[in-house]
Amino acid sequence: MGLSRHLKGVHVKHSKNTAGMPIIPMPVPERVYIPMVQHIGAPCTPVVKVGDTVKVGQLIGNSDQRISAPVHSSVSGTVEAITQGMTQYGRVDTSVVIKSDGKQELLDTVLPPEINSLEDFVKAVRNSGIVGLGGAGFPMSGKVNIKPGEVDVLVINGAECEPYITVDHAVMLSYTQDIIDGIRAVMKWLEIPQCHIGIESNKPDAIARFNELLAGDPAIKVHTLRQIYPQGAERVIIYETTGRIVSYGMIPWNVGCIVMNVTSVMKLQHFLRTGLPMVSRCMTVDGNVVLHPQNVDVPIGTPISDVLEFCGLKEEPKKILLGGPMMGRAVPRDDFAIVKANNAILCFNEAFAQQRKETACINCGRCVAGCPMGLMPAKISRAFKDKDIEALKELNVLYCMDCGSCSYSCPARKQLNFEIKQAKALVMEAKK
Amino acid sequence: MQAFIIPIAAAVAIALIAALLLSLAAKFMAVPVNETQAAIRAELPGANCGACGFAGCDDYAAALAEGGDVKTNLCVPGADAVAAAIAAILGQDAEDVIEQVANVRCSGLCDVTKPEMDYQGLKTCAAAKGLFGGPGSCKYGCIGFGDCERACPYGAIQVCNGLAKVDREKCVGCGMCARTCPQHIIDIIPDVKRVYVACSSADKGAVTNKLCSAGCIGCKLCEKACKFDAVHVENNHAVIDIDKCKNCGLCAKACPKKVIKMYPKPQAKPVVKVG
Repeated sequence: MGLSRHLKGVHVKHSKNTAGMPIIPMPVPERVYIPMVQHIGAPCTPVVKVGDTVKVGQLIGNSDQRISAPVHSSVSGTVEAITQGMTQYGRVDTSVVIKSDGKQELLDTVLPPEINSLEDFVKAVRNSGIVGLGGAGFPMSGKVNIKPGEVDVLVINGAECEPYITVDHAVMLSYTQDIIDGIRAVMKWLEIPQCHIGIESNKPDAIARFNELLAGDPAIKVHTLRQIYPQGAERVIIYETTGRIVSYGMIPWNVGCIVMNVTSVMKLQHFLRTGLPMVSRCMTVDGNVVLHPQNVDVPIGTPISDVLEFCGLKEEPKKILLGGPMMGRAVPRDDFAIVKANNAILCFNEAFAQQRKETACINCGRCVAGCPMGLMPAKISRAFKDKDIEALKELNVLYCMDCGSCSYSCPARKQLNFEIKQAKALVMEAKK
Repeated sequence: MQAFIIPIAAAVAIALIAALLLSLAAKFMAVPVNETQAAIRAELPGANCGACGFAGCDDYAAALAEGGDVKTNLCVPGADAVAAAIAAILGQDAEDVIEQVANVRCSGLCDVTKPEMDYQGLKTCAAAKGLFGGPGSCKYGCIGFGDCERACPYGAIQVCNGLAKVDREKCVGCGMCARTCPQHIIDIIPDVKRVYVACSSADKGAVTNKLCSAGCIGCKLCEKACKFDAVHVENNHAVIDIDKCKNCGLCAKACPKKVIKMYPKPQAKPVVKVG
């Protein structure tokens, strides 16, 4: 073979302590704080008032914007307050506080949607409130809102390349048939002829399950991907499964692809079968201070502290991450509510979370070798320090997808990814 | 003999031709230099701070030399001396420069506020603000990583004990710090105004009191104390209307949190030249 077909990346320690564990439903919390912004796009406005009685699956927030996802109640009970406060995204947003009555009564109108055409399907996806559950939170209705024939490949992302997180793995083992049914539904209504499922080679049981249940279906192909971070990034997985390149300024549509996470497809299939919208999400709780690391199914809006109480803590965590250790966001307090896009809570003690001291760049080029997008992080860092916007543009800084491979591979422990994020903000501001 | 005469003659001939071409070029392609502009530019301090509203000292000098409605007293760093020199060059009456100083609307020293998190990211205010509005408990105050300090060409603003502090002797009021501050808590005010509110918190009084023992709680005692209707509580903190303020200091005396502060009377400043 000539040139390598694989993209670059870094080999991270997997630490998948919860691999193979089932998904345990969490007890209903006393109160849920459901933020109106749980996705990329327009915020929702509450459609309930203080004092209203709500049931599981009832619409509590909606928006008429194109890119948005409705929000539903995850418990039955009464609306206690509609508050303005800081959410886990670090912004001040509206949240609906619901006091649970513990009965978890389902709304009577929760019925499987009737789908006869593409419009019905897109509408059903919108009503389901499902967003990209891999972590980004892009509304699924925005993804499927296409003309038939525009897209010819559906890519299903089961790579789960982040360390610690095993929830997609657990979903793939427990709900294999649901995922396949969900894939077939999407392929049928959007008229997509083929589907590629990408799974990293460290999940052989999941790959075997799919191969067994698919029984040689020619339209759906399971790819075994190398174990390398960031295999599950949208652009990387499209390239690794189909060979198509999504270059700067393009979205997967432009190359005829839609990418969906396995858990999103599973949730979609549940909605198509039962009509119950997205009211809970499964996530991994792990880290060296968690007593019982496990995969739990958490109602949306549960405070992080309740989830941690359920899983137990050995000591007070010094660092709480929402998401994986590579791309997850640290939060300063444990009273933030879980949103749809959270796939893990990781808690670490001080010794584990301590940032090592930064030293000078030795020009070793490991950040360049680790960047899947082929950028030069060390050069970007220097241009950022000089505030040289022209140079930053030339270095294609906006192409960076914040995977953090550069910071991970840097022997000088430079916070390259942080600097690149700032550099991107600088370039975006200069564009205005 | 001839062996070296020819090269020397050739070199001399080339030199003569080149000299002729250069002198012709200097005559016909000369860029007209506006002497007034050059003279004004020599008077300006050269900080290129942009306080005059033009893109640097060269631009201001050009605009002045061209005439029109450009005022001669716009150079804040240069102060009265530069304004007088420019007026003399242009043959106009000298106007006093309204001297300006930077003023930080925060009193959140490390000992009165609490950190909310152990921030280990980039040590710049802009980066820290991106994470939950900064590592401190108050989300409106000074973050204290010194973006303003790095932006100041005069070394007039420094972060000490977690709060940016302006040296009013060195500050020329160019506004570089105010434009850099991601919290937008640095104001550029006329130097003659000596009363200011050292808090920008938009949190309610009770919340502010919990987060920072030096914050404005919006009690409105200053509003009642002011005889000139110059102080008002807006957005949960006191704001002084500098056009109405007479420097009497009654509000500062009335303030229970001592968050309204007074500077001593300003003195004339020497002109500072940069570079």
